Amino acid sequence: MNARYSVGIDLGTTHCAVAHAAFDHEGSSPEPQRILQLVARDRVDAAALLPSCIYFPHPSEGALALPWDPRSPFAVGGYARRRAAETPTRVVSSAKSWLSHPQVDRHAALLPLGAPEDVEAISPVEASFRLLSHMADAWRAQSPDGSLLGEQEVILTVPASFDAAARECTVEAALAAGLEHLTLLEEPQAAFYAWLDRQGEGWRSELRLGDLVLVVDVGGGTTDFAAILMTEQDGRLEPRRVAVGQHILLGGDNMDLALSHLAKQKLEGNGSPIDAWQLAALTHASREAKELLLSERAPETATVVVPSRGSQLFGGSLRSELSRAEVERLVVEGFFPVSPWQAEPRKRPRTALRQRGLEYADDPAITTHLGAFLRSHRQVSSELGRGGDAPFLCPTHVLFNGGVFRSVLLRQRLLDTLNGWLAEVGARAARELPASDYDLAVARGASYYGLVRRGRGVRVRGGTAMAFYVGIESPAPAVPGVEPPTLALCVAPFGMEEGSQVALPSAELGVVVGESVTFRFFGSSVRRDDVAGSVLPEPERELDELSPISITLPAEGRTPGEFVAVTLEAGITEIGTLALFARPLKARVPDEHWKVELSVRSGAGPG
Amino acid sequence: MSFRAAPQLYKPAVIAPTLPWYRRIGRAFEAFFSILGDGGTAAQWPPPSLPEADARQQAASDTGLSEARAAPAGIASAQLEDGALLLLAMFQGEGRFVDFVQQEIDAFSDAEVGAVARVIHAGCRKVLGSHLRIEAIRSEPEGQAVLLEPGFNPHEVKLTGNLGGGGSLRGHLRHRGWQAKDVRLPEILDRSGVRVLCPAEVEI
Repeated sequence: MNARYSVGIDLGTTHCAVAHAAFDHEGSSPEPQRILQLVARDRVDAAALLPSCIYFPHPSEGALALPWDPRSPFAVGGYARRRAAETPTRVVSSAKSWLSHPQVDRHAALLPLGAPEDVEAISPVEASFRLLSHMADAWRAQSPDGSLLGEQEVILTVPASFDAAARECTVEAALAAGLEHLTLLEEPQAAFYAWLDRQGEGWRSELRLGDLVLVVDVGGGTTDFAAILMTEQDGRLEPRRVAVGQHILLGGDNMDLALSHLAKQKLEGNGSPIDAWQLAALTHASREAKELLLSERAPETATVVVPSRGSQLFGGSLRSELSRAEVERLVVEGFFPVSPWQAEPRKRPRTALRQRGLEYADDPAITTHLGAFLRSHRQVSSELGRGGDAPFLCPTHVLFNGGVFRSVLLRQRLLDTLNGWLAEVGARAARELPASDYDLAVARGASYYGLVRRGRGVRVRGGTAMAFYVGIESPAPAVPGVEPPTLALCVAPFGMEEGSQVALPSAELGVVVGESVTFRFFGSSVRRDDVAGSVLPEPERELDELSPISITLPAEGRTPGEFVAVTLEAGITEIGTLALFARPLKARVPDEHWKVELSVRSGAGPG
Repeated sequence: MSFRAAPQLYKPAVIAPTLPWYRRIGRAFEAFFSILGDGGTAAQWPPPSLPEADARQQAASDTGLSEARAAPAGIASAQLEDGALLLLAMFQGEGRFVDFVQQEIDAFSDAEVGAVARVIHAGCRKVLGSHLRIEAIRSEPEGQAVLLEPGFNPHEVKLTGNLGGGGSLRGHLRHRGWQAKDVRLPEILDRSGVRVLCPAEVEI
């Protein structure tokens, strides 16, 4: 089956979006596509965004009617999001944050948290599968030519900071949803592709050799940074993604919540206690007040009204005001403070026992996280031979993405802060690249990338954004009561391109036939010079620990319990995921090898 | 693979070859608004089946009446009712419109009414904004003198005041008028709840 469309899917933490472009129309540009979804009981509508929520109705409500299933046991989208405020334990939301959680089994049925007995809980992977299946069903119901989403070339976006296991889980969910012609793309890169698409050939006059574009992507629940450098290839300007940041669970929803708590305090100060239902209404009202007060020519104050819950609107509604000064203090100063570039994101001390939950960022200051990102990638500057002694990476341009940045005030604040840092080290000020759309750019850019893969448009080169390491025991003499120290062996270096492979003939790992052997696994987005085979002492200090990997050697033709020496091989698949293979030193049959499982349950973590 | 729910369980069972009834409601609404907004469409409603059309043409030429008068517009009332109820349910859902109209407001202060009006305004505006594109019929500022050439659309412009004579008409724009463009309404999947504008709510 020949794909007719390049379809970009933004599988977001809070919302999903879809865009498509036809392959056979020369010069066609990706268009956002509305997604059919249940918006109220018995009511279906096509909306630009699909809230990433899954609702399981109580048996008394019965099954839900969808255009493609008259008796669906669950619903995805607008109605589900509405129900999340009304009956939270029956709704799965933010599943994507769980997908990138290294301490939980991403295949364990743990969502919704605190689900009542009659709800059959689902895993983070299955939640992604259901969101993608919904988009496939909606495509089929809406498609004018009766085509299937699975027949199309699908570009699915993931945060640049997603680790190898989270990417593999995303692919697993997409394949299960029938999306067979699949490629992964990092979200900040997709935002940059959307900009390229809007510029057309004009981008070459906008950016020059050596320019560095910082992409700041603040979604509903996550913040992602990436840097794209303009390099030269055969005399042509070629963008290359040179750095990505760490996964930060911090986004626009945190800002709305902060404002609603302020409004709640004000109302409760007037003697009106606020319950959970009212808080949800207040959060909604605060979001609208925030957008108004952070717009150009904003009024001094905005009214926040919590309508009475009952049918009598008058007499029971609560009214408060948010002023521009308050919003600026909470949102601008709280989330985008003018921090020095040296500032370290604050970390709360961890208690030994933590409740199972998402690892929200401890420091809400996005500017501080940005400073840490730029500092940790300072060596990219020295590779450029330009501003090589600057203590942090110096961008020349900034591209904003995410609904938060509809506010010109927030864009300006971030840009001003960055330019303050740049002035301090004598670098020229960075300019903003105008984004066309803060909500739909990622889906549009992903669809554009599908065209790029067919030879149209400009490609951003990148390769893997991380280097990966396996934890091995160091051959130190055993000391009673002390665990032997761990060394980290680099198995996949930074910047591996899709389709490429590296082998490690020199390093041998021992595995036991018939048993599953688990290894600790690490990653680093800043160690760019390690090659396959590099060994690091004390990986805990320099690397991020990811969920462990495991090798299971089938007993076929070998004696169970036998010890077998293997070497590892790493490859980047055409889809864009990391694949690790174990190859025995003494092969029984030609080309004998086993796949290494990436996403296994962490023994150390809770859950 | 560890998915509990077999994916095929949630795949469409059938793709209806004809337009399902719930899609017909949306279609009916489009027709409703196109008739409301366009005298030409209204004049030709309902679209006649071929033999009917021939008979009607015959009747029109026999009596000398225009076709529009010979064929009064008629829309199935059940469809109209569904569309009206749907719009009310949406206004209530987003903007508490039914709550607002159902309550006596005389006893409340302007400040209280004003605060509540913001909720209603924001919600109802959102409904309109996401389902209809509403445009002014006349672009001139209200109060300005306007000249109406013969053949203007009487659905779009209503004449008031001292009416008489023919040819071009001179007057002042008192209201610029509104028309709905791009009507795009949700589909109702199950009619059994269509008269429920807002369910009663019981917290467990």
